[in-house]
Amino acid sequence: MSDIHEALRKRILVLDGAMGTMLQRHNFTEEDFRGERFADFPHPLKGNNDLLSLTQPQAVKDVHRQYFAAGADIVETNTFSSTTIGMADYHMEHLVYELNYESARLARQAADEFTAKEPFKPRFVAGSIGPTNRTASMSPDVNNPGFRAITFDELLIAYKEQVKALIDGGADILLVETIFDTLNAKAALFAIEEVKDELGLDIPVMVSGTITDASGRTLSGQTVEAFLISISHIPLLSVGFNCALGADQLKPYLKRLAQNTSLNISAHPNAGLPNAFGQYDQTPEQMQQLIKEYLDDNLVNIIGGCCGTTPEHIRLIAEVAKNYKPRKLSVVS
Amino acid sequence: MNADKSDNQQPATGNRYLKLSGLEPLIITPESNFINVGERTNVTGSRKFLRLIKEEKYEEALDIARAQVEGGAQIIDVNMDEGMLDGVHAMTTFLNLIASEPDIARVPVMIDSSKWEIIEAGLKVTQGKSVVNSISLKEGEEAFISQAKKIKRYGAAVIVMAFDEEGQADTYERRISICKRSYDILLNKVNFPPEDIIFDPNIFPVATGMEEHRKNAVDFFRATKWIRENLPHAHVSGGVSNVSFSFRGNDKVREAMHSAFLYHAIQHGMDMGIVNPEMLEVYDEIDKELLEYVEDVLLDRRDDATERLLAFAEQIRESGSPLLRRGAGGEAEWRSLPLQERLTHALVKGIDEFIEQDVEEARLQAKRPIEVIEINLMAGMNVVGDLFGSGKMFLPQVVKSARVMKKAVAYLLPFMNQAPPAPEGGAPKRTVNWKTADPLLYNLLKDYCKRVRNVPTDAERLLWSALSDKQLEGYKFRRQHIIGRYIADFICLKQRLIIEVDGLIHQLPENMASDAERTAWLEEQGYKVIRFTNDEVLFRLDEVLNKILNVLKISESAAPPSGAGGAGKILMATVKGDVHDIGKNIVSVVLACNNFEIIDLGVMVPPEKIIETAVKEQVDIIGLSGLITPSLDEMVYLAREMDKLNISIPIMIGGATTSRAHTAVKIAPQYKDTVVHVNDASRAVTVAGNLLNEATKQEYAQQLRAEYDELREGYLSRSREKDFLTIEEARKNKLRLEFNPVEPKFTGVATMEPALEELTDYIDWTPFFRTWDLHGRYPDILTDGVVGEQAQVLFEDAQKMLQQIIRGEWLTAKGVYGIFQANTVNDDDIEISPLTPEGGIVEPASGTPPSGGGGLRFLTLRQQSQKTKGAPNLALADFIAPKESGKKDYVGAFCVTTGFGADEKAAEFEKANDDYNSIMIKALADRLAEAFAEYLHEKVRKEIWGYASDEVLSNEALIKEEYKGIRPAPGYPACPDHLEKKTIWKLLDVEANTGVKLTESLAMWPAASVSGYYFAHPESKYFGLGKIKEDQVKDYAIRRNISMEEATKWLNPNISPS
Repeated sequence: MSDIHEALRKRILVLDGAMGTMLQRHNFTEEDFRGERFADFPHPLKGNNDLLSLTQPQAVKDVHRQYFAAGADIVETNTFSSTTIGMADYHMEHLVYELNYESARLARQAADEFTAKEPFKPRFVAGSIGPTNRTASMSPDVNNPGFRAITFDELLIAYKEQVKALIDGGADILLVETIFDTLNAKAALFAIEEVKDELGLDIPVMVSGTITDASGRTLSGQTVEAFLISISHIPLLSVGFNCALGADQLKPYLKRLAQNTSLNISAHPNAGLPNAFGQYDQTPEQMQQLIKEYLDDNLVNIIGGCCGTTPEHIRLIAEVAKNYKPRKLSVVS
Repeated sequence: MNADKSDNQQPATGNRYLKLSGLEPLIITPESNFINVGERTNVTGSRKFLRLIKEEKYEEALDIARAQVEGGAQIIDVNMDEGMLDGVHAMTTFLNLIASEPDIARVPVMIDSSKWEIIEAGLKVTQGKSVVNSISLKEGEEAFISQAKKIKRYGAAVIVMAFDEEGQADTYERRISICKRSYDILLNKVNFPPEDIIFDPNIFPVATGMEEHRKNAVDFFRATKWIRENLPHAHVSGGVSNVSFSFRGNDKVREAMHSAFLYHAIQHGMDMGIVNPEMLEVYDEIDKELLEYVEDVLLDRRDDATERLLAFAEQIRESGSPLLRRGAGGEAEWRSLPLQERLTHALVKGIDEFIEQDVEEARLQAKRPIEVIEINLMAGMNVVGDLFGSGKMFLPQVVKSARVMKKAVAYLLPFMNQAPPAPEGGAPKRTVNWKTADPLLYNLLKDYCKRVRNVPTDAERLLWSALSDKQLEGYKFRRQHIIGRYIADFICLKQRLIIEVDGLIHQLPENMASDAERTAWLEEQGYKVIRFTNDEVLFRLDEVLNKILNVLKISESAAPPSGAGGAGKILMATVKGDVHDIGKNIVSVVLACNNFEIIDLGVMVPPEKIIETAVKEQVDIIGLSGLITPSLDEMVYLAREMDKLNISIPIMIGGATTSRAHTAVKIAPQYKDTVVHVNDASRAVTVAGNLLNEATKQEYAQQLRAEYDELREGYLSRSREKDFLTIEEARKNKLRLEFNPVEPKFTGVATMEPALEELTDYIDWTPFFRTWDLHGRYPDILTDGVVGEQAQVLFEDAQKMLQQIIRGEWLTAKGVYGIFQANTVNDDDIEISPLTPEGGIVEPASGTPPSGGGGLRFLTLRQQSQKTKGAPNLALADFIAPKESGKKDYVGAFCVTTGFGADEKAAEFEKANDDYNSIMIKALADRLAEAFAEYLHEKVRKEIWGYASDEVLSNEALIKEEYKGIRPAPGYPACPDHLEKKTIWKLLDVEANTGVKLTESLAMWPAASVSGYYFAHPESKYFGLGKIKEDQVKDYAIRRNISMEEATKWLNPNISPS
């Protein structure tokens, strides 16, 4: 497990791109989502991408393979919404352990295949832990600002279950990502610490927040610096930002992060901002150029893509990243 | 393997500083000043806060938190430890509410409880890195370790009390040994980052008379020093007010003790503390004798220290209440201070009694009178600015300071006019003001002048014919006047204004200087230069004269700049059509106190004039104010015009109807440069400062722009989400009431002029305090922990003036009202039956054509947003019986004013440089007008209409509007349409009956006036119209018989973007 630390010292690691974008290309129907096992499930399941790890495992594994083949060092498990909270929308809370376990296993298998082929370049699996669709420090009801749709304790229980299954399924790293409410992330980190204690093991943790717009703050209102302070109580492998913005809009916040932390820095921006139809237009070449600017400024240790990015984006990113040395771990100021 | 063992000992954020966060970071470095923890949101320390929490008045409880943050608290302590409270619930609820208030949540929270479950509840709802207050070894190592582990896992720093299994540490040795032991356990067994540990080595009372308490303070100081030297990276904090416990009730001694204690504690290394800034004297300002006694006690310097302090304290107590001590009692004392200190004291305390005397003394010492302003008075005003900026002074105090400043400047003014800055070459001292020439060149220049004067150009001749002999409103002009080495075409010496026709300022050819050099020199001498072309003078003389007049008037009102103007020049105006200026005047005063030069254009200022003045005066910021909704459009219009002209001067927006949302959505997109909404007067200085700070203004502007962009997008997407009904559907869902109208005892129109003293009992004082930026409900505000003392002083001043108003008949109350037979027609219109010439009602059946005040319709607007099931879409018309019901119903209308005389009185005060009383009279006139409306409404309910003749209500119940029937006013939420005022004016012949006029934006003049309708139905209630859609606007335009554009213009703030 110390391999990842060693790899990070040697080179900039490449994270994969979007899973959803790739799965959409299959145009799976309701029947495809259900597979045989859930043919008679009483609720609609189309759109539950995480479920595809159980019903279309080959498709999911194939995406992992494509990203590894494109040059990724780390792939994320297909578990962004696999908590009891996220699965409640599909009435599949009871499947959370299995979803995480199987997703981690698929990614593990793909990683092991590539590591066996290229032992000089070990591949890693990051268990993806999403923010859930509820916020612990904001009220969904403007008329009742004291109300919370989810509590810390509820998040803690949900995250513990997910974390345990991801570790059991073979994840090398845990990635708490797309954090728009720091309190949710703190619950995830708390859960990770508890599971680590219970299992008596250690596992590297990556944290990746989301700056939602040009205000430079998280959705829950924190500045980059406040966010960093609020998640720094747990030993982390890396801290960074992903989603919501394209590589160019994200850059100033990565810089602010770099000025304030001696941790590894990760970034997986979107392929630009979505167009009027919600699609991402940034080409792999355009994104490569923007990522090159990160590298010229020596900003990152781990780089990848979020919404709208494809294996081709990752291939070009990996191509340019290998020419650069990783960011040195010292605080600028 | 134990996961904790693998902890990365190097913190993720670099150096070992204590780092906390709310929405924003707080990093405590060795360079940080003392970190001030707000203590008012603590139920054990504030009775008021406890009451608010018990009664679940969270809004007001949040105000306390907000006031602390605004007052400079860098962390806020929240404590809910009270036997009668569910502490877990209270802590959770309050911290959740704080999380939704960005202006509070920006600072970290100190979760303060002696109960672990309350602490944990707090940790579970804070996204930032908080401080836990506190844990200790009291219950043994096991509990201590387990709690510390959890705190670390939740991501918080911790205060550790010097407390162990034996009890609280009360000696130096116990303090350091317990702290050392706690530190070692935290580092070795919990892996707690040392920089996140804050020790509280117990602040205990001194001067209790008990021998063993003598060393309480000294031991704390020594322990603090030891901790800082021996426990690396750890911090020291404490609750300071404990130290003075034995002097409860004697604030002067307590304040001195706190400040002396802090002074020494900080010297010894205490870097954080819970302090009430209200209970803190400035160390340097502590009476020297008192300080000696206090320090004797704190430092345990004499055996009889306690006795001596007690005796001295008794003396002080006998000299009167704290309030008196600060005023009358202390006067004699401060009069013997050195001159500068006296001036500063007078400015800070707002005492004008001796100011002329002191200024005269300063003037005699100064080289030039201006130095008294620039050096002596500004030094004092800087102290005022600092105190206000750090929340230690409140708005009414600052306005009083400004009054003293103005009086001082007014006293100096005649001396300054006598001695204008000596022209180059050195004019003899004490020249009269027309002697401005350079004596060496005088003869040469004089000859040149003569020649030029004899051969004027046509344009010069024409202009001189208009300016000579004081024709222009009495301003005296001279021609071909010599200034230093130069000759001006025309000059008004009094206002130091030079007018040049066709370019160049003439000068001797052999002395030709560059334009820039010449202008710079003239401006340095305090002259203003404006230029016109020959054509302008010849063909547009009126315009030229107007411009000259404007500049003359501005320089008159701006001279002398009340704050000497180092910080920047700000134009202030209430926009066209609006007459309300209290808020604007307060902001002007506050800005002037902070060194800004203010050009106040007054009320009802047309946009052209604002732009012209802004450009000519090269102002740095434009401040726009308005109270009625049409003013919002004026602001939008002005921004757009400025944008067209490519002007780039930041705009500040303020006034009761303005909002951040409106500014972001409607104004900011019209203007390339910065537009910023200023919520209240106390924010104005910071905002103006940020706008002009060379180093950061660009960043600030970008940040604002981004903030507003976000707000606008959020707003637009939010309003898209809302569902609306068509107007037809909304009408179908109208409120259907039972109607049993009470026939009025009186119908027709009548006037009344009550004596002012009859109205005083009806005054609602809460808004009065809000005018002065003191927030809280009357009468509770008078005993408020933060603003109570100021509120009392203000209230006393208000009562005094109220008596003067009544006795001196400064104001007159005039009112007109009418009650008419009426029915609702076509769902939304209220048709008023015409009156007979005698004032009786013409029966609708009689078919007489409309006459008198009748035959008019009130047009009401209907809510269009989708309601929850069962809730109606309201319009005021729903409260009147529909015609088809066949029932006779009634509607009333009124207009009252107490504004006549207010402007004149305010002007008198302004002339006497007394902004405080000028604002006061206007604020009181406003209150009296509202009181009159309340008084008349009661008369209408009980006697005139008489539908509630048995009503008995207290004043408080009146303010809470517990009576039957309503008196909504056009321009307010239930009927935002200002055009309805025109109907009321016709119906009641308001202008003839009371003298109250409507401006082009339909503001009432005088400003202290109220008008509205009366609805008597017991179910009638106030509501907000909310947003309406275009279909209703179209329908309304037809009913009103106006164009769609005009309808859109008037209803704009309420129209939802489709």
